Amino acid sequence: MSNAKTLFDKIWDAHVVDEQDDGTCVIYIDRHLVHEVTTPQAFDGLRNTGRGVRRPELTLAVADHNVPTTDRSQGIDEEQSRIQVEALEKNCKEFGIELYGMDDIRQGICHVVGPEQGFTLPGTTLVCGDSHTATHGALGSLAFGIGTSEVEHVLATQTMIQTKAKNMRVSVNGALPVGVTSKDMILAIIGKIGTAGGTGCAIEFAGEAVRALSMEGRMTVCNMTIEAGARAGLIAPDQITFDYVMGRPMAPKAGAFEMAVEYWKTLHTDDGAKFDTEVSLEAADIPPMVTWGTSPEDVAPITGAVPSPDGETDEGRRNKMRRSLEYMGLEAGTPMTDIKIDTMFIGSCTNSRIEDLRAAAVVAEGRQVADHVQALVVPGSGLIKELAEAEGLDKIFTEAGFQWREAGCSMCLAMNADKLKPGERSASTSNRNFEGRQGPGGRTHLVSPAMAAAAAIAGHLTDVRDLD
Amino acid sequence: MDKFTTLTGVAAPLDLINVDTDMIIPARFLKSIKRTGFGKDLFYTLRFDESGNEREEFVLNKSAYRNAEVLIGGKNFGCGSSREHAPWALMDFGIKCVIAPDFADIFYNNSFKNGMLLIKLPQEQVDQLMEDAKSGANATVTVDLEAQEIHRPDGEVIKFDIDPFKKHCLLNGLDDISLTLQKENKIAGFEEARKSQPWL
Repeated sequence: MSNAKTLFDKIWDAHVVDEQDDGTCVIYIDRHLVHEVTTPQAFDGLRNTGRGVRRPELTLAVADHNVPTTDRSQGIDEEQSRIQVEALEKNCKEFGIELYGMDDIRQGICHVVGPEQGFTLPGTTLVCGDSHTATHGALGSLAFGIGTSEVEHVLATQTMIQTKAKNMRVSVNGALPVGVTSKDMILAIIGKIGTAGGTGCAIEFAGEAVRALSMEGRMTVCNMTIEAGARAGLIAPDQITFDYVMGRPMAPKAGAFEMAVEYWKTLHTDDGAKFDTEVSLEAADIPPMVTWGTSPEDVAPITGAVPSPDGETDEGRRNKMRRSLEYMGLEAGTPMTDIKIDTMFIGSCTNSRIEDLRAAAVVAEGRQVADHVQALVVPGSGLIKELAEAEGLDKIFTEAGFQWREAGCSMCLAMNADKLKPGERSASTSNRNFEGRQGPGGRTHLVSPAMAAAAAIAGHLTDVRDLD
Repeated sequence: MDKFTTLTGVAAPLDLINVDTDMIIPARFLKSIKRTGFGKDLFYTLRFDESGNEREEFVLNKSAYRNAEVLIGGKNFGCGSSREHAPWALMDFGIKCVIAPDFADIFYNNSFKNGMLLIKLPQEQVDQLMEDAKSGANATVTVDLEAQEIHRPDGEVIKFDIDPFKKHCLLNGLDDISLTLQKENKIAGFEEARKSQPWL
């Protein structure tokens, strides 16, 4: 029997507080992010039972889902959104939790803020009442999206109850072609394994193409692990990770940092460790990807066409495809590049980091957004916005006809004022193309930041590699 | 949490794969800070048209299924977001049990924490129950958690598997937090040992 362990095994084993005979474990949680939408009921639960927060210093709060991305000096117009944000402020104050409020430069999307502040660290367990918590796996943190009951459990006990997930590895070999990004990589992976392909698993992303990604690129890949159904996504920490973490406000300081790095260097899959499932892709085969349907698995290369349900052998899948095409207002066989868009959204926890904005700005510079397209650029945090402005990216965007907004979740899920109207079509750098996700009746095509900017300029989906 | 022991009720067929949590309850209805009241917005886009009128063709709008307590679903039910509002909305509507070939992980966990039973069955058996359910309100099913059995309208019995800990919690209406707090000394011991990693 080999003692070889996977990266996931190592982090999991280091956090087991208790294991019952039936395999149910209590695992310790090192870091907890909270936002306004999925936590008010958890804090109420604590009050109703007279329980406190066990380790308030391990929880960090930020309002993101509901916040306006326009002028905030007058607060939030919409009453229910305002009540949720105010409830978060009140709860954090009462339970002694640090909160980045709407006026704080550090405010932003929780999955952008965690890594940016050095709150997210390799080898930790991290949870948040949001499915895109998988993002933090990019730093080698075992990160789970949880529901509100589990949020309450973590607040009260600093642990959660779980059974161990299975081990899955997705390797992307070789180098990505020019013009192809981490977003295309993860869309290709989801297209290959399906939206339930990772159910019950923790996925480790490996291979040369993954190792070559920057921290931002890795976050995009891990972010969308949940769209493949997996519980968590992980990338082994390496020098790129250590360099990213070093010097961040909440990262370990000198002395402790070196000690931490020594430990972090042990966090990789051992030779001979066994995976329950292994999948591999060749990076060279991945083109820029777009989605055509209402599930993130509905992907096509930008050089391809809308697929036909007639070619699908599985009945359930065939019916779903028909429904998707009807919802999306698309005919099978239409070239992807013929699909006209009304709106473009660059933002969300998937693609709103500085590197994403730079990639879009390269495309936008010296060009103009098509007349019929509304284009929104929403940075992932106040600090990213500030940095982008220092680099002059805001000017590039606004001169090209893009709107430059305040940080938040925005049109990813349409909880604030940014939403599609019925029948409107978007090219979006977010993570979900579900029916109504960006507004009732809205139609979403998921793309990378460069592809989104290119679509805004062309007025239709287009191959960024073909721009003059 | 309410106990779940046995349930006899109308089963509604929702013959769709990848029913996501945005479909179960769209994000714009997540603004309440309470756990209750989400039932009226359950499956909002499927149930109501643009003017807010009921869509006749949607299963839960048909008279036979308005009081359904069991939902028969397709593959990968509950995929997408972690919003616990999805099981809250189902339960607030009156659904106490969902049967499908498989479920997304977070939705699965969230449901049990609210006393809702989710049953995974092989596709063929889900197909049988789907056909039973399509025959309407006369076709009630009985779900017996203790015996791990589903009784079809024709009397045939389907056995199902369930995680023993989840079963125990559901049968007894147990609250996870009080169970974990019984292990307080182990948590404290873990925290003590953790001091060897001062950066945490």
